[in-house]
Amino acid sequence: MSWIGRTLPRLEDPALLRGLGRYFADLARGAQAVKFVRSPMAAGVITGIDLPDPEDIRGHIFLARDLEAGGVRPVQAVLDRPDYRRVPHPALAGARVVFTGQAVAMVVAETEALAEDLAEQVFVDIEPEDPVISIGDALAEDARPVHPETPGNVMVEGAMRTPGVDQAFTDAACVVELNLRSQRQTAMPMEGRGGVADYDAASGRVTLYASVQMPHMLRTGLADALAIDEGLLRVVAPDVGGGFGSKMALFPEYVALVWACFRLKRKLAWIEDRRENFLAGSHSRDQIFSVKGAFSAEGRLLAIDGDLRSNVGAYSCYPVTCGVEPLMAFAELPGPYDFAHYGVRSRGITSNTAMMAPYRGVARPMLTLTMEQLMDRAGAKLGIDPVEMRRRNLVTKFPHTSPTGLVFDEASYLEAMEAAVKIADYPAFRARQAEARAGGRYLGIGLAVFSERTGYGTPAFAARKMAIVPGYESVDCEMGPSGQVTLRIGASPHGQGLKTALAQLVADRIGIAPDQIRVIAGDTDATPYGWGSFASRSMVIAGGASQFAADKVADKLRRIAGQLMEVPPETITLGDGLAMAAGTNRSLPIGDLARAIHSQSHRFPEMEPGIRTQGFYDPPGTFSNAAHICEVEVDTQTGGVRIDRFLVVEDAGLLINPMIVDGQIAGGVAQGIANALYEELIYDEYGTLLTSSLADYLPPTCAEIPPIEIHHMETLSPETVTGAKGVGEGGTIGAPAAVVSAIMDALAPFGVEINTIPATPDRIRAALREAKGPAR
Amino acid sequence: MKPASFSYHKPGSVSAALALLAQFGEEGKIIAGGQSLVPSMNFRLARPETLIDINHIAEIQGVSDQGDHLEIGAVTRHATFHHPVSPCPLGRMLTKVVANIAHYPIRQRGTFGGSLSHADPASEWCLVAVTMGAEMEIHGPAGARRVPAAQFFRGTFTTAVGRDELLARIRLPKLPEGWGTGFYEFSRRKGDFALAMALAALKVEGGTIRAARLGLGAVGAHPQRLEALEAELTGQPATPQTFAAIGARAQTMVTPSGDIHGSAEYRRELAATVIARALTRAAEDAA
Repeated sequence: MSWIGRTLPRLEDPALLRGLGRYFADLARGAQAVKFVRSPMAAGVITGIDLPDPEDIRGHIFLARDLEAGGVRPVQAVLDRPDYRRVPHPALAGARVVFTGQAVAMVVAETEALAEDLAEQVFVDIEPEDPVISIGDALAEDARPVHPETPGNVMVEGAMRTPGVDQAFTDAACVVELNLRSQRQTAMPMEGRGGVADYDAASGRVTLYASVQMPHMLRTGLADALAIDEGLLRVVAPDVGGGFGSKMALFPEYVALVWACFRLKRKLAWIEDRRENFLAGSHSRDQIFSVKGAFSAEGRLLAIDGDLRSNVGAYSCYPVTCGVEPLMAFAELPGPYDFAHYGVRSRGITSNTAMMAPYRGVARPMLTLTMEQLMDRAGAKLGIDPVEMRRRNLVTKFPHTSPTGLVFDEASYLEAMEAAVKIADYPAFRARQAEARAGGRYLGIGLAVFSERTGYGTPAFAARKMAIVPGYESVDCEMGPSGQVTLRIGASPHGQGLKTALAQLVADRIGIAPDQIRVIAGDTDATPYGWGSFASRSMVIAGGASQFAADKVADKLRRIAGQLMEVPPETITLGDGLAMAAGTNRSLPIGDLARAIHSQSHRFPEMEPGIRTQGFYDPPGTFSNAAHICEVEVDTQTGGVRIDRFLVVEDAGLLINPMIVDGQIAGGVAQGIANALYEELIYDEYGTLLTSSLADYLPPTCAEIPPIEIHHMETLSPETVTGAKGVGEGGTIGAPAAVVSAIMDALAPFGVEINTIPATPDRIRAALREAKGPAR
Repeated sequence: MKPASFSYHKPGSVSAALALLAQFGEEGKIIAGGQSLVPSMNFRLARPETLIDINHIAEIQGVSDQGDHLEIGAVTRHATFHHPVSPCPLGRMLTKVVANIAHYPIRQRGTFGGSLSHADPASEWCLVAVTMGAEMEIHGPAGARRVPAAQFFRGTFTTAVGRDELLARIRLPKLPEGWGTGFYEFSRRKGDFALAMALAALKVEGGTIRAARLGLGAVGAHPQRLEALEAELTGQPATPQTFAAIGARAQTMVTPSGDIHGSAEYRRELAATVIARALTRAAEDAA
């Protein structure tokens, strides 16, 4: 009986659902509180900092000069590319501030309230400079450089142009020109950033419990910034309340926190509040894509010519750098479409705004919106149905090499779309739509087909020329004398259910039940070096490494069983907790084998005692795919959009636990709908963030998100050792394109174009006012 | 997100609360449900030195039916209106409105009088008070005085309640049987502050409007009763055309300001839409 493919309740959930989870702030008892004094201005030179009289300071105040005197170095994210501009990121701003909310001073006091009182008494004098906020500001001819190192304000640029682009546009029967914009978003994890740093006098070490996705990487980065031995630090990611990519970066607050902990030799806790998370956590998706597509009369896409701009904020996030959005956009824009000619330039643009860092989907929600709008709008011009447009352009032969050199493994782009179209029942919808229009109601249907590159191994990151190249994963697997397995992984799950999924995978390889497998993650003292959980990688990569490690355990169990039962090891099968000798009725409990190799190891002179193995995996990467179909009703008077149906046909390869996969898709779609309709960070012209509370920044709730209808296909790819592909981001990637397509379909009688997301009621009304179609 | 330090008092009567207000002057602040005050204290936008908690004053709790009006104690929770407090049209209307106030947990704590005293432009209860011609009973050092809703709201977050005074009770005149009521609000998400909202009450006989009440909220500094339009409605047929025309008229009478959730132009359009829809609902209710 296989555990793979079963909807096993998550092993993580009993604790989490009963409130027994442990988040870093649960570990703050006895700690002194840390607060940061933050810049009220977006850009300027620090001319002075007024502090209270020393006798009035109940606690400590640290400034940039204190950290510098302590040997703290700025964080430096590095790409080895000639087009990359390196900008040091200080833990505390000393000379200049470059975004509103940048930490200028750190205060330590007995309680959070007292720390806030103390922080209020620190006054930072700033000589303002012209703020550079938007992409337009930053690229203006007379724009002030945000940093001395970034003349022109371009921090990184990818570009290529195949020789046939111009000819393709000359030959085209139809050219579609898009100027699409995604407003700035933030990942909005339920739990903000923060950490508890605890000093151990006996060892001289500091343990940092922090809400992070990459604990090993954080430790390496902290040791570099603090110029200390890595061994003096232990980083633990306990239960983490959501990351979505936003907790990959080494934020400067962590550097200051750990430095202060070594300095004061006291337990310290920094628990950021929601406002801080808005101001100084990471942002994303502030992107403008200007793209032209050339099509033949038959609707075949011939070429793309594009200028992609991503506002990457004031700094380059460590370790993945500010290349993450622009370089992904550059490499992956073609998506699942088969065409040859590609002329794209993609820039990461610096500004006096909070730092961009990865957020679920990264550049792909926007590039999928772009490709899908090209298909829809070209179809409308050429009189070809949107589904037929995609039929004529989707990749169907594998492996497929994209114009940017990506190799697409076996997938089901066309099949998934056809399945979705069939389930959605377009003819029935079109009939409903016609009837509704006759009554003055506007229904629409929209389609998005896309690829989701997952399981990025080192080659994918190395191609971006990252100085720190993540990608592989390592796993230690040990079976103890009781026959129970401990799996120590370098990945760092934080809500995804990975521990359950890995237990199911390993259970099948070893022949024991998943509840006999304990997965340990997120502790640099207890797990092998690895890269954490992000980029839809953990099931593919940690899964592959776990499978290798488990297979070695199974091999050893067969050898032990073979010796004890006096049969060749290869005749042993493992299952249901037993080692069974083929062709006999003999079996031994796996627990007995484990006990024997630990307690009677002298009987196995050919073998090492115990059962401990390692697995490594560094895949080339694989592509999941999906088709999303969304039905909406647009209220043309209010501009409101209601989603009536959301359908997903997902192909993520082998399903280990369908319930967990469905959860990933549903959560992703909700965040995609947020991107399409609701969430928007707004800076004013001075760089003040106008949306710094949940009254102004609007994540949708259960009331706004419809039930998500999910169907699966399972294309097994040879490019992933388990057969499973990643599925962490697809929902987020496809949903904006499907929603926008549906809105435009609904408003087709008015000829409305949606060019900016979120498509808010205000924007939809403005588009209706400007539209050339009949008045409402 | 931790408030500045403050002292806390829990008076047991209106007179005790007034004495504390007199004692602390500018530094004293009344707290009722705390659903607006506590978040602003956590942001340190509000920094009262002294909180005077009126949640435990028995004489200003609950709703009583006084025949021709409902008398609502200031610390009556929003959730009290989840079911009609009176079988009359007004009682049923309050139940329609309350579902639009924020979220369920907030409705358990937030109070009717707190909402009026805070005077957020997008407060549903403020719109009800203005449209229905409520009367506010304000207690102060000189005793009690009654202020009609039309004179109560002075601007955004500003009312007729003085620094040393306390809103104790609200009287809402009942609508006679036969009136229909309709409420419509538009917000970005369920439970958010409205971008525009309207409240209508209609008396319809044989398809003709005989009397009307109409108010508009969240467009402008405080809700407003549109008496000119009430007069225009009277005598008109209760049809979608009438309601659309009245909405269009309203659009010319308001001068909203834009913000990040909607431009001024958008809000003006939305005013027309919510008015037409509230009137439509009121006509359906009357039928």
